[in-house]
Amino acid sequence: MSFGPRPWQQTSWDWRAAGNFMLGGTGAGLLFALPFIQNHSPFPVILALLLIGGGLGSVWLEIGRKLRAIHVFFNPYTSWMTRESFAALLLFGFGISFLILDQTELQYLAAVAALAFVYCQARILRAAKGIPAWRAPQVVALVLTTSLAEGAGALMLMQPEILATSLFAGAVIARALAWSGYWAALKQPGSRSALETAGKALVQAGTLAPLALVVLGAVYLPQAVALAGIAAILTGWRLKYVLVTRAAFNQGFALPQLPVRGAR
Amino acid sequence: MTRWVMIADLRRCVGCQTCTAACKHTNATPPEVQWRRVLDMEVGEYPAVKRVFVPVGCMHCADPPCMHVCPSTATRKRADGIVTIDYDLCIGCSYCAVACPYQARYKTDVAQFAYGEAMPNEVARHDEKRLGVATKCTFCADRVDAGLAKGLKPGVDHEATPACVNSCIAQALHFGDIEDKESNVSQLLAENQFFRMHEELGTEPGFYYLWDRKDEKGVTEARS
Repeated sequence: MSFGPRPWQQTSWDWRAAGNFMLGGTGAGLLFALPFIQNHSPFPVILALLLIGGGLGSVWLEIGRKLRAIHVFFNPYTSWMTRESFAALLLFGFGISFLILDQTELQYLAAVAALAFVYCQARILRAAKGIPAWRAPQVVALVLTTSLAEGAGALMLMQPEILATSLFAGAVIARALAWSGYWAALKQPGSRSALETAGKALVQAGTLAPLALVVLGAVYLPQAVALAGIAAILTGWRLKYVLVTRAAFNQGFALPQLPVRGAR
Repeated sequence: MTRWVMIADLRRCVGCQTCTAACKHTNATPPEVQWRRVLDMEVGEYPAVKRVFVPVGCMHCADPPCMHVCPSTATRKRADGIVTIDYDLCIGCSYCAVACPYQARYKTDVAQFAYGEAMPNEVARHDEKRLGVATKCTFCADRVDAGLAKGLKPGVDHEATPACVNSCIAQALHFGDIEDKESNVSQLLAENQFFRMHEELGTEPGFYYLWDRKDEKGVTEARS
C-alpha cells in the first residue's frame, strides 16, 4: 500500500458550521436537561432556543445560496441535515408552545425533539465519508454526551438543584468516557495532533475540575458549581470547534497497486 | 441497462495534464477549480522510487455519499450512473464536499477569472448559476446525451465522449458502458488487473485504474 498526496484539512466548513455544533449542541442539551429540574421560569427555555437559533443562523451564513435555505427540507429520506432541520422545527414549535401555554407535557416534547436534533447533528458528522475523524462511529456518542454536558453545564449557571447537579456530574463523566472511546479509535495522525490539546482540556478542565468544583460547591462554596458549568461548556465548545475546523483531515489518495511498466 | 464508467491506465498516463486543460476549456471552470486533475505521486524511498500519475475527479459512484447527504436533492444519480448536480436546487451547504472521499467537489462563491478582470471568452462563458453552489465533473453528460441522440457511441465516437478522454495523448483514459460486455471498457477490464480508489468505503466508484495485464487464464476467466 502506498499513499499519495498527504491528507489535508477540509476547508468547506469553517467556524460558521462549527457554530451550529457548538451553540446548537448546548441549546439542545439544555432543553433536554430542563425536565430534570423543577423549572418554573421561562428563561432557560428562551436561552436554549436562542442558542439553537444562533447555531442555525451561524450555519446559514455558511451556505452559498442563502435565499434558497428552505431547500434544506427536501431530502428527509437520506439526509441527516434535512432531518436536523425538521427536528429544529419541532423543537421550536414545542418550545415556543411551552412558553405560551406553560404546559409541562410540551416541555417534555421539546426535550425529545432536542435529543433528536442533537442526534441528527451527530449523524451529520458520521455520514461525512470524506473525513475519517468524523465518520468514526464513536463520534455519535461523543457529540451526544458533549451536548448533554454543555446543556447541564448551562443549568449549573441557573438552577443548580441536586437532580440537575447529579445529571451534570453524570454527563461530564459520560462525555469523558465517550471521548476516551473516540480517541482510542482515532487513527488519522493529523486529526490526533489537532485534537490532542483540546482532548486533554476536556478531561482535565472539562471533567476532573468540574467534578471537584461540584464537590466544593456542595460542602463549602455554592458558587463553585457555576464555574464547573462554565468549564464544561467551554471545553466542549473548544473540542467541537477543533473537530470541525482543525481536525477534519481527508484521507488523501491511496494506490493499492503500482503500475507495472515494461518487463515484469 | 447502461452504466458509464471511466478507466485510467496508470501504465500509460504521462502526467501531461492535457485532460485537465481540456476539461477546463470544455466546462469553463474558474481558476483553482479542476473537475479533472492528475496527481503526481512519488512512491517508495530512494533509490526504489516510482513516480505515478493518477487522474482523479468525481468517481460517479454507484452508491454516492454526496447524494445521500445532500439536503436539497440537488445531487442525483441518473439511470446510466452519472451523478449530477441541479444548480437550481443546490443551496451550497458543502455537505457533499465533506462527504466525498475523493475531494471532487468545488464551491466558488464569487466570480473568479484567470487574470483578475474577465477576458472576453470568460465573459461569454460565465454562468451565474454556478456561483455559491457545488460543482464537479459531469462526465460531460451533455456531450454524451447529444451524441446518443445522434446515434453515436460514447467512448468510441469523439463527439459523444468526455473531453478529457478525447484529449488524452497517451490513450490512458477510456470511457464506455461497463454493462455492455463488448464495450471498450469491458474489454479493458477483462484483459487487465485494476482497482478502484478507496474501495473499502463501499461507494463503488465508476472510475477504474488499470495497473497490469492479466495472464491468459485470468483473461479467459473474466470473459467467461
